[in-house]
Amino acid sequence: MTHPENAAEFLKDSQKAKWHDETLWFVRDKRDKVSKSIPEWEQLRELASGIKNNVLANLADYLEEFERNATKNGIIVHWAADSEEHNRLVLEILQQQDCRAVVKSKSILTEECHLNPYLEKHGIEVVDTDLGERIVQFLNQPPSHIVLPAIHLKKGEISELFHEKLKTEKGNEDPTYLTQAARVHLREKFFAAKVAITGVNFGIAETGEFVVCTNEGNADMGVHLAQVHIACMGIEKILPRRKDLGVFLRLLARSATGQPITNYNSHFRSPTPGKEIHIILVDNGRTAQLAREKFRNSLKCIRCGACMNTCPIYRRSGGFSYNSTVPGPIGSILSPGLDLKKHSSLPFASTLCGSCTDVCPVKINIHEQLYEWRQEVTKTQGEFAKGLAMKLANGIFKSPLAYKITGSLMRNAVKSLPNSLIYHPLNIWGKNRNLPDPPMESFQQWYRKNRA
Amino acid sequence: MSSREKILNTIRSLTLEPKALPDIPNLRGSGDLVERFTQSIYGNKGEVLSKSEFEKWFLSSGFSKVISLSSQFSKLATLPLPEDPHALDTLEVAILDGQFGVAENGAIWLEDSHLGLRALPFATEHLVIILDPDSLEDTMHQGYEKIAGAHSGFGLFLAGPSKTADIEQSLVIGAQGAKSLRVVWV
Repeated sequence: MTHPENAAEFLKDSQKAKWHDETLWFVRDKRDKVSKSIPEWEQLRELASGIKNNVLANLADYLEEFERNATKNGIIVHWAADSEEHNRLVLEILQQQDCRAVVKSKSILTEECHLNPYLEKHGIEVVDTDLGERIVQFLNQPPSHIVLPAIHLKKGEISELFHEKLKTEKGNEDPTYLTQAARVHLREKFFAAKVAITGVNFGIAETGEFVVCTNEGNADMGVHLAQVHIACMGIEKILPRRKDLGVFLRLLARSATGQPITNYNSHFRSPTPGKEIHIILVDNGRTAQLAREKFRNSLKCIRCGACMNTCPIYRRSGGFSYNSTVPGPIGSILSPGLDLKKHSSLPFASTLCGSCTDVCPVKINIHEQLYEWRQEVTKTQGEFAKGLAMKLANGIFKSPLAYKITGSLMRNAVKSLPNSLIYHPLNIWGKNRNLPDPPMESFQQWYRKNRA
Repeated sequence: MSSREKILNTIRSLTLEPKALPDIPNLRGSGDLVERFTQSIYGNKGEVLSKSEFEKWFLSSGFSKVISLSSQFSKLATLPLPEDPHALDTLEVAILDGQFGVAENGAIWLEDSHLGLRALPFATEHLVIILDPDSLEDTMHQGYEKIAGAHSGFGLFLAGPSKTADIEQSLVIGAQGAKSLRVVWV
């Protein structure tokens, strides 16, 4: 299904769609307020962008430095070229530990690699421990937002789900009550798990440590109780120096949810004596993206989700409409690099308003890259109806006379077109769109009257 | 060829324009550090107490399972630090010394030497951190300056209790980890 088809599905429940739109705008608004309380905000974005540009220009060296230091600290470093290798490495570690149930905190990378279904196929129970992720896992759904995984659900739906899965009272929709039930359920899983999996927010080349940020403390509950910690990290998550974290931790949570910092920011440098930390460095398409000059700097992304919260299309179409692990504007420039055919409608899921670029804490030119991807899609997909219309338009714009006549025809046509034709099911442009009122006169006519 | 070589070779085969690593200036905020820190902690849904306020709260609560690694409050402990973190499941209160705090966001730095067990500040039901107001730093930049040479195997910037807003964006305190954070000035 294409993005417009999925979006139409989302918009069927107009009340819920409106709630979704307003809730994400509220998060965006919190981001604005907190960012304006930091006078040096723009300077921080500039620094973060500069640091990430330097990382991408020297990625191989930094990765080797990171590996060298992490190994020195007693961390076991693995490399995975693609998702299959990543999943196989995780499975091997679990099998070595004879682990049948694993707890996992939020990791977009493991979503991208489809780790859960792979492990389940091999008889391992995977428990996602972030509350929002546990909720969508119960529903057999992927997260619909990278920071707010269950933002597409209302509390009534979660109440029903918990009644079925966790035996909570029927009809009790109180978020505190439901969270408490999940706490009891998840703590039981934490205390039983031998192995815990986490993602990685930042890996530091200089020290060989890595940083994981959460508000719930679920990553730490998992890893500090388990015997073995597996951290899955995309190769672009490297930062050169420990002090770079000062810049990035100031930006990350403020951009994500408008809070000054996440409540837990854990720095893993070496395992507790007698325990193990494994880190898997994953490529899975990242070096290919690095090779695409126009799209290279999409790899600067720190997964804050700010571009989703601000995007008028994301807010009104929901995360699932993108059918991609990372949805929203950033997903629409990352995913076509992984599978252009599957994700060909995503670069068009944008008004190119540029708001995503304005809020991005690492200054990725998201809307410009969306435009560039459109060119790539059109190149590979050849001619279709829209292409024909463009050719026609090209002819009209070339000839002043043709332009004048067409303009006058259109002004009259739009006025007199029956609604049944505009909002005909065959005309997809009529769906969820209104035609503007046509102007009474052309710009030329107006100019002659008023300025000539 | 191993995946390691494949990845590194692929990257090295690309022509990447050099980009300088920027210097990070010593950025600072403005205003009283204690006041800003206190405001940040309340924003993160924690509390800030004086020593006497803390003692009053502690005595009136009647906790029976308490671990204290803070030398000034060692008398409040009812349990020794266990060997196995799984024994922390029913712990009611952990009292720890914090190394320093950051005014701009309320983050408190803790290392292995303060924690005893890495699971302690997460698994406990209530967390108390003892902090010297003179230890406060302005922003994260000064915070990282302070720990530039530290080598702890685990380090943590902790800024509040465990919290979530995953159900309809309603803020709930006490998700998986500690249900409360109290910072106590000494």
